[in-house]
Amino acid sequence: MYSDKVMDHFTNPRNVGEIADANGVGEVGNARCGDIMKLWIKVEEDVITDIKFKTFGCGAAIATSSIITEMAIGKTIAEAEQITNQQVAEELHGLPSVKMHCSNLAAEALAAAIEDYRKNATTNSAS
Amino acid sequence: MSAIYMDHAATTPVRPEVVEAMLPYFSFEFGNASSVYGWGRRAHQALDGARDTVSKLLGAQANEIIFTSGGSEGANLAIKGVAWAYQTKGKHIITSAIEHHAVLDTVLWLKKHGFEVTILPVDEEGLVSPVEIEKALRPDTILVSIMHANNEVGTIQPIKEIGTIVRKHGAHFHTDAVQTAGVLDINVEDLGVDLLSLSGHKLYGPKGVGALYVRKGVRLDPLIHGGAQERRRRAGTENVAGIVGLAKAFELARVERLQENERLIKLRDRLIEGVRKIPFTKVNGSLVQRLPNNVNVCFQYIEGESMLLNLDLKGIAASSGSACTSGSLDPSHVLLAMGLTHEIAHGSLRLTLGRENTEAEIDFVLQEIPVIVERLREMSPLYQG
Repeated sequence: MYSDKVMDHFTNPRNVGEIADANGVGEVGNARCGDIMKLWIKVEEDVITDIKFKTFGCGAAIATSSIITEMAIGKTIAEAEQITNQQVAEELHGLPSVKMHCSNLAAEALAAAIEDYRKNATTNSAS
Repeated sequence: MSAIYMDHAATTPVRPEVVEAMLPYFSFEFGNASSVYGWGRRAHQALDGARDTVSKLLGAQANEIIFTSGGSEGANLAIKGVAWAYQTKGKHIITSAIEHHAVLDTVLWLKKHGFEVTILPVDEEGLVSPVEIEKALRPDTILVSIMHANNEVGTIQPIKEIGTIVRKHGAHFHTDAVQTAGVLDINVEDLGVDLLSLSGHKLYGPKGVGALYVRKGVRLDPLIHGGAQERRRRAGTENVAGIVGLAKAFELARVERLQENERLIKLRDRLIEGVRKIPFTKVNGSLVQRLPNNVNVCFQYIEGESMLLNLDLKGIAASSGSACTSGSLDPSHVLLAMGLTHEIAHGSLRLTLGRENTEAEIDFVLQEIPVIVERLREMSPLYQG
C-alpha cells in the first residue's frame, strides 16, 4: 500500500533525533489519534542549517517526517514555510488516501517549528 | 528464516485433507442439492453428511444447523433473525462492549430500528460479568449475545454461567464461537446457548462458509429470502464444496484439539514470557481464561502499524489494534473497553499462533521484536529512554 519511497524513508529515516541548541521546536498531533511529530530546527542567518525529528506514529507519519527534513534543509525560513502537506505527499510519490489527513502532518510540524523560531527571535532581540 | 505467519485469528490456511474432501464438489459432483436426479441427490447427501458431522461436534441435532456464508452472516442471522421474530414479545437486547463488529454493528443497526440495546462493560482482563448480565436482564429482553472468546485479546467468557442466567429469565442466548470452534470443547447443551455461530476459515477450512446452530423451537426470521434451502431460513443454492470443507476441517480440529492446544499453550507462554522482558510492555487479556494461541501486548511509546511494517520486513505476519489498522480513527474498541488509554492501545500487537508455528519461529520472533521496539522508541518523542 505504500510507495517504495515511503518504505525507503520508513526503513531508513533521515535526520532522526533532537538538536540540543535548536532555536525552533514544533510539535503537532496527539497521542489519542496515534500520531505525534516533533521537529527541531537550527536557523542561522535565516537559513535552516540543521533539522531533526522524532515521531510517534504509523509508517506514513515516520516517512513524511523524514522527507520534510530533506526538503527543508538549506532553505530559508521563507522558502521552508511554503512547503505544504500536499508537496510532502507528492515528494513521497503519493500516500494512501486514508493517510492524507491523519498522518500527513509534517508541514504543520515545520510551520510550528518556524513559528517557535520567530517567537524566540523576537524575545531575544527584545531583551 | 522463511516467512512466519502468526495471524491465525485473522484466517488460517485450508488443510490439504480439507481441500481433498472439497475437490469433487467443484468438478464432477457439481450438482445443485435441490435437484431430483443423481447429481442433485449426491450433492444433497454431501450436505446431509456435513450437517450430521457439524451437529454432532456441537452436541446438537442435524436440523438445528443452518449453513451460512461465515461468521458475520451467522451473527447477523442470529441477532436480526431473533429480534425480528420476537419483537412483539420485547425489544431489548444485551451484548458486551468487546464483541466483534459483526455483533456490535448489527445490534446498533437494530437500535436505529427501534430496539433497545444494553452494551455491558468488561473488566480489565476483558471479562463480562454474569452478575452484570443478570442485572441488565428485563422482562422484555429477547436476546443476549456474548462472544465465547474474544478475537483480539483471547479472553474466554463464562458462557455456561451466563447461559444459566439467561435461560432463567426466558431470553434467548447467542454466542459468537468463531474463535473457539475446534479449539474449545463446545456442547450447546452444556453451554446453555440457543444460538451459536462459527466460521470455516478460522479452523483451517475454506472462507465463505460458516454454520449457525439454532436450538429447536427458537423462531428466526431469515435474512435471505428466495428458496426453501436450510429449512426456509437461508435461501440460496448451498455452497456444497465449502460446507463439506467446513465439516471436514471442524472434525479434524476436534480430533486433534487437546494435543494441539497443549503444544500451542507452551509456545504461547514462551512468547508471552519473552515479550514481557521488554520494558514498558503490557500483556492484554486474562492469563488464565485465554485462548491457547493468543498473545496480545502493548508496547508503550510506539504505534502498531509501524511495528507491523517492521515485522513484515522480517517476514513476520501479525496484526495490531492501532487506529491505522482498525480502519477507523480510534484504536481497538476492545482494548479501550478494557480501560487502556488511546495512547497505549495504539501500540498493541497481536500474534496468534497456529498449526505450522514452531518453537524456532517463536525464538526468531523474540529475537526480532525487541530490536524493532527499541528502534521505534528511539524515534518516538514520547520515549525518554
